[in-house]
Amino acid sequence: MEKRVIFRGWLLPALLIAPQVLISAVFFFYPAGQAIWQSLFIPDPFGLSSQFVGLGNFEFLLSDRFYRASFATTAVFSILVTLCSMIPALFLAVIADRLIKGSGVYRTMLIWPYAVAPAIAGVLWLFMFNTRVGVVSWYLGTLGYDWNHVLNGGEAMGLVVVASAWGRISYNFLFFFAALQAVPRSVIEAAAIDGARFWKRFWTIVLPLLSPTTFFLLVVNVVYSFFETFGVIHTITSGGPQQSTTILVYKVFSDGFVGQDLGSSSAQSVILLVVVGLLTIIQFKFVEKRVHY
Amino acid sequence: MKKSMIGALAVSTMLTPVAASAQTEIQFWHAFTGRLGELVAAQVEEFNASQSDYVVVQSHKGNYSETLNAGIAAFRAGEQPHILMVFEVGTATMMAAQGAVRPAYEVMAQSGGSLDQDAYIGAVKGYYTSTEGDMLSLPFNASTPVLWVNRDAMAAAGVDPDTDLSTWQNVDAVLTALQEGGEDCPLVTAWQSWIHLENFSAYHDVPFASQDNGFAGLDTELMLNGEAQIAHLTAMGQWAQDGKFIYTGRRNEGGANFRSGECALFTESSAGYAGITAEAEFDFDVRPLPYWEGVGNAPQNTIIGGASLWVMEGHEADEYMGAGAFLNFLSSSDVQAKWHQDTGYLPITAEASAATAASGFYEANPGTDIAVIQMTANEPTANSKGIRLGSFDQIRGIIDEELEAIWAGDKSAQEAMDSAKERGDALLRRFEAANR
Repeated sequence: MEKRVIFRGWLLPALLIAPQVLISAVFFFYPAGQAIWQSLFIPDPFGLSSQFVGLGNFEFLLSDRFYRASFATTAVFSILVTLCSMIPALFLAVIADRLIKGSGVYRTMLIWPYAVAPAIAGVLWLFMFNTRVGVVSWYLGTLGYDWNHVLNGGEAMGLVVVASAWGRISYNFLFFFAALQAVPRSVIEAAAIDGARFWKRFWTIVLPLLSPTTFFLLVVNVVYSFFETFGVIHTITSGGPQQSTTILVYKVFSDGFVGQDLGSSSAQSVILLVVVGLLTIIQFKFVEKRVHY
Repeated sequence: MKKSMIGALAVSTMLTPVAASAQTEIQFWHAFTGRLGELVAAQVEEFNASQSDYVVVQSHKGNYSETLNAGIAAFRAGEQPHILMVFEVGTATMMAAQGAVRPAYEVMAQSGGSLDQDAYIGAVKGYYTSTEGDMLSLPFNASTPVLWVNRDAMAAAGVDPDTDLSTWQNVDAVLTALQEGGEDCPLVTAWQSWIHLENFSAYHDVPFASQDNGFAGLDTELMLNGEAQIAHLTAMGQWAQDGKFIYTGRRNEGGANFRSGECALFTESSAGYAGITAEAEFDFDVRPLPYWEGVGNAPQNTIIGGASLWVMEGHEADEYMGAGAFLNFLSSSDVQAKWHQDTGYLPITAEASAATAASGFYEANPGTDIAVIQMTANEPTANSKGIRLGSFDQIRGIIDEELEAIWAGDKSAQEAMDSAKERGDALLRRFEAANR
C-alpha cells in the first residue's frame, strides 16, 4: 500500500510550495503572458506607439513561406543535434563504464566541453572550419575536398550541428554514465553465465534499463536544440547561407534584437511555445509508453 | 595586497562623485573599439579638458546593432544616454521615433554653435536631414566604397598594375587576365548589399526604392530588381561561377583575404584604409569604385555608410546645452580634419576637407582623397542622396540571403531580386503600420 503523509491545515503546504510557485510566476508565467499580449500588436521599437493587429502578426508569419520553411530546418537541425549528442555520449559512457583504471581522468576530460559557452564553442569550430585559415578545411583541401560553408547550405548545417552537439555530449555522457553504474551487476553476470555476449547483453538488458535516462535526455536535448543553440548559429552562420541554418529560435532573436520587430518576435515565441508544448506532450504520451521504469 | 586594493577602490569611489558633481555629466554611447575607440576617447578627453561645465562620459556598447539595441532598451527603461551613435541603417528607425529623439540642429543651435547647415558636405549630411533640409543627427563617421588594388598580385599575374579600372567593363577583362595569370582570388568584396546594390544604384543614378529611396515617405517599395542592378548582379554571379569573384561572407570577412595578399581586387569602404595600411605587406592602390559605362548616369556619386550621433529626449535643459556643446566641438573644422586624416572617414564639412588639402595630407598619402572626390563629384540626385528604409537591417539580411543564392548558382539575378523585393516590401509595410 502506498504511504502518504497528509499535512494538517493549508498554511504549511502553501508556504512550502510558495517559492516554486513564485519563481514560476515571475520567471515563466509573467514573461509568457507578456509575449502573448505583445504578439497582438505591432509596436514601434521605442515603445512610443503601437497598433493593435489582433492575430495579424501570426497571419503575417504563417503566410511567409520562408518562415514556414524554417520549421523544416528546425526539425532537421533538432533531430541531428539530438542524435549527434546522444549516440556518441552513450558510446563513450559504455566504454568508460568498462574501464578499470583511469576512468576518473577519462570522465573529467569528457566533462570539460560542457563548460564552454555555446558562443565560444561556435567560434572554436568556426576557426577550425574557416574557409581560409581553418585547420580542418585545410586538410580537407589537401584531400581534394573544397570546404565552403559560407556558400554551401549542407556544410553550414553540418557545422552548426556539430558545434551545438559537441558540448552537449558531455552532459549526456554524465547521465548515461550514472545510469550505467546503476545497472545491477547480478543481472549482467547472470546473462553472461547464460552465454550472452557483450552486444547481446547491451541490447537486451542494458539499453532497456537505460530507457528512463534516454527518455529524459531526449526531452532535454530537444528543448536544448530548440532554444539554446542560437549563440552557436549567430557566431558561425548568422542563419545563412541563404536561410539554410535559420532555425525558429534564431529568427526570434534576429527579428527581435536585430530587426527591432517586437510584435513579430513575440508572435514567433508564442508559436515556439506551442510547438515545444506539443512536442513534449507527444513525447510523454507516446514515447514514454515504451519506457520501463 | 587585498587590503591595499580595497583601499584604492574606496579612495577612487570617494573621489569620483566629488570630481563629477561640479559638472554636468553627458552620457555618450558608441560602437567603437580598438584604434577607433582610442580616437573617440581622445576626442572626448580633449573636449572635457577644453571647458569646465560639462563632462562627457563615453561608453562602448558593442557593435552597431548592439549599440542601437542598448539605446532603445535604455529608452524604454528611462535610462537613455544623451548622445547615441546609430549606424546609417538605423536612420529611418530613429527618424520615425518622434518623442525619443531631439533634432541635432536644434540642440547644436541652442548651445550657441554658429550652425550653418550649408557648411556640411551635401552627400554626407543628406543621409541624415529631414525633407525640410534640417539635420536631425550629426554625421560622425562616414565612409564610401572604393576599389582596393593589390599591385603586387596584379604584376604577379602578368597584368599591368596601372591598368584603368574605372569601369566594370575593364574590370571584367582584368579579372579574366588575372585568372589566366594564375590568380586564385581575382575579386573579393565586403558589405555586398551596401556596395553592389545600394551604392551601385546611387552611382548609376537608378532608384533603389520608390519615394526617393524612402526619403519622401514611408509608403516606399524596393526597386532593386531594376534592369541596371540585374545586369550587374548577373555579371557578378557569372564571375562567382567562374571563380573570378570569391564570396567570403556577409560582412567584411573579405578584408582578411585582401590584407593577407591573397586577393587582387577588393571592393570595400574607404575606412578600410587604417586596417590595410597597418597589415598589408604588399604595394596597394585605392581607385574609385568602378561603374558600368553607358548604364544610367554613371558615375553620379556614391553614398555613405557609417554612423551618426543622435540626441535623445528625456533629459534636463542644461544637459542638452552640454550635449550641444560637445556636438559643436565634434563638427569644428580642426577636430574633423584630424578625424578624417586619422581614420580615413570622410570629413563632414567642406572646411575640414579644405584644411586637410591645405595641409598636404593628400599628397603625402595618395588615394586618401579618392573617396571625397567620388562623393562630391556631382550634386546628389533623388537616387543618390541616400537610403532611408524602415527595418533596413532586416532587409539587408534578406538581400544577403538572396545574393548568396546568386553566388551559389541556385537562382538567377532576376529571380533572387524579385524575391528580395517581395520579402523586403512586406517588412516595409509592417514598418509603415508600426509608425502610422
